Amino acid sequence: MTSLAVRTSVRPRQLAGTGTLLRLALRQDRLTTLVWVAVNTLMVLSMPGTLRSLYGTAVERSRLAGQVETNASFRALIGPVFDTSVGALTAWRVGVYAAALAAATSLLIVVRHTRDEEESGRQELVASGTVGRRAPLTAALLAAAVADAALALLVTAGLAGQGTAGALAFGLGLAGVGMVFATMAAIIAQLTESARLARGLTAAVLAVAFVLRAAGDSATDDGSSPLTWLSPLGWLENLRPFADERWWVLALFAAAAAAQAVVAYALAGRRDIGMSFLPTRPGPAAGRLGTPGALAWRLQRGSVLGWSAGFFLAGVVYGSLTDGAADLVRDNESARRIFERMGGRSGLTDAFLASMTGMLGLIAALYVVASVLRLHGEETSGRAETVLACAVGRLRWAAGHLTIAFGGSALIMTLAGAGFAVGYGKEVVPVLGACLVQLPAVWVIGAVAVLLYGVAPRLAPVSWGVAVAVLLIGWVGPALDAPRIVLDLSPFGHLPKLPGGGMEWRPVLALTGLAVALVAAGLTALRRRDSGC
Amino acid sequence: MRQTTRAITVSGLHKSFGRTHALDGLDLQVEAGEVHGFLGPNGSGKSTTIRVLLGLLRADAGIARVLGRDPWADAVEVHRRIAYVPGDVTLWRNLSGGEAIDLYGRLRGGLDPRRRAELTEQFELDPTKKGRAYSKGNRQKVALIAAFAADVDLLILDEPTSGLDPLMEAVFQRCVAQERDRGRTVLLSSHILSEVEELCDRVSIIRGGRTVESGSLAELRHLARTSISAELTGPPNGLADLPGVHDLDVQGRRVRLQVDTDGLDGVLRHLGESGVRSLTSTPPTLEELFLRHYRDEAAGLNELDGVAR
Repeated sequence: MTSLAVRTSVRPRQLAGTGTLLRLALRQDRLTTLVWVAVNTLMVLSMPGTLRSLYGTAVERSRLAGQVETNASFRALIGPVFDTSVGALTAWRVGVYAAALAAATSLLIVVRHTRDEEESGRQELVASGTVGRRAPLTAALLAAAVADAALALLVTAGLAGQGTAGALAFGLGLAGVGMVFATMAAIIAQLTESARLARGLTAAVLAVAFVLRAAGDSATDDGSSPLTWLSPLGWLENLRPFADERWWVLALFAAAAAAQAVVAYALAGRRDIGMSFLPTRPGPAAGRLGTPGALAWRLQRGSVLGWSAGFFLAGVVYGSLTDGAADLVRDNESARRIFERMGGRSGLTDAFLASMTGMLGLIAALYVVASVLRLHGEETSGRAETVLACAVGRLRWAAGHLTIAFGGSALIMTLAGAGFAVGYGKEVVPVLGACLVQLPAVWVIGAVAVLLYGVAPRLAPVSWGVAVAVLLIGWVGPALDAPRIVLDLSPFGHLPKLPGGGMEWRPVLALTGLAVALVAAGLTALRRRDSGC
Repeated sequence: MRQTTRAITVSGLHKSFGRTHALDGLDLQVEAGEVHGFLGPNGSGKSTTIRVLLGLLRADAGIARVLGRDPWADAVEVHRRIAYVPGDVTLWRNLSGGEAIDLYGRLRGGLDPRRRAELTEQFELDPTKKGRAYSKGNRQKVALIAAFAADVDLLILDEPTSGLDPLMEAVFQRCVAQERDRGRTVLLSSHILSEVEELCDRVSIIRGGRTVESGSLAELRHLARTSISAELTGPPNGLADLPGVHDLDVQGRRVRLQVDTDGLDGVLRHLGESGVRSLTSTPPTLEELFLRHYRDEAAGLNELDGVAR
């Protein structure tokens, strides 16, 4: 390091210090990146086994492919099928989602090491050292490249059994999508002053890419629609891993990533540190906020609106798929069994609805944790200190955020039910009930977050681990035929399977009571402990 | 001073974080209506004390009373009558400065809109900017305006002027003087000695979590030493034997020394006997006083401890 510093101080370069910054970035990210890449890899690598157990014979697989080909909703949600091998079906089934996950990982890494660093002011001190003008952006892109390369390597190695060429194409395709969104995030990070907005805008671009591909794939069954070609997520299916790979598509990823990187560097070179191309609009000179609750709503309303829209849309999409999905599963014995394990005993339509509402419940657990942990963010940033030094008790301060966390999860599940009503149109009340019955389990996860935060702020991030563990148990557990004792660890495992199954009040009331007790314990601890450390 | 009740009473305060003893039997008395300087080197426990006074931290032992109440148990009641400005203000990124000022005001239970407008103009703050767009100094101004415009009895200011330019520093000093004239109490933690000298009626100096000195500035000056340098007509003899003389430096007929206030008379008499050609006497500055306390000299600490108690 010393020799590097000496050399660069003699001969200033644009990229001076990149190596040091990259090491810093990898050191900061080592846990989060590892988790993202590991979850993505596991999702991909568990698929061949699942498919083989569900569709063991070539006949079963070609029947599945035939049904997907004729079902526009399925092509929209997952994509077209190009071959009936286990490898090709794996790439079909997880491709879009693994790519979206790789894109999310990459964009988070890039924004974190560019705009986040500038917004926090850390960049200023770093930039005053022997650090070239282009070094921070380069280090951020390289950190994303390291994560994407690791994913490509693991996926290629793990799927090599299904065919080396296909595995390599799929791995590189995922990494390609990752790098396209890494460089996209690099551009957007130059445009906005806030890292949160940069992340949101890049995620919105990702959502647009998903919608374009979905629209294109619902129109055609071979990925040839221009809409599909407009989306990097569509390039992955058009790379056709395990189905006579079209290697030249990889050049598209490289060209797009390179072009976007050039734009990002050009923009970065034309602006001052901490500044942005989209200026922050001035706010009002006087404010109407006057209570901790109003402040909490002001801080969280954007995210509540986003989650509400997302859950409503998800309800519409899954609702419109329901009839087709039941047909698809009806023909397959093992798929039916899995759906029944996830969802319920009676009626495949009910089972599908039950498993989809259950999945939305698991995702709502992420909302409730994020919302509860706003308290943690307010405290560690020091903003809570000034508010608590006013005539505001800790409970009143926490109550605003907790109302939004717990009430908001009820709101988004209700909106999901409304979405199902729009998309499915039948059994409106039972499906709404199926959405709302998830709430006690969602609240237990939120209550665990309250307890951890209340006892000690440094424990608060552990609640993310709890939410992800519950998500994995609920998502992967039934497919892997996990033992009952593992499934029972998750509060979601105790909920009645609605619609279809009978309503059982005992577990619902017990979980609600547990949530209330955990929140009470957390708030008691919060009142007793030191604040701000 | 119009009241006799104390605004803040702290005695024997202890607070540890794990193995670190942040406060080690701290005492502090702030009379109602005074501006009280709260001084000490970095890490001496000033902010920890203030956060105990705000009820954010619970003391391990000792007594703390703010406006006659326990700040931990009656936090909300106490906070209705105090305003706090931290040394490093953080704002919400999507709230404008004006919104933050009004929010703090309402959460404290009252803001004088005329005073708010006046202060916004005096501090030259643009209240329409949003959180992150403010520089360090401007973020401090947001909290200062909210505090000075609030309808409260006690202001707790923790290094409030960090990042302010000299012009704004002057505005700040004027505001504190106005607060005192209105009969409000101010606890001012600060490193800016001119600010303390200008504003404070009394000061407390703490080190290592303990109060090492407390009193009015005149009293504290009395404890400090006067520097004397003189050129004599005759040889200076016997100066070293006089009580209260320190750092004596004799070069021919030139003499430099420091003397405790009690020994000043004896030294001047002695010099007069030798015949004085020229004499410069420098009264003790606050700087010297503080440096003496800030410097890490165990012996000095013990000696002053005795004085403080």
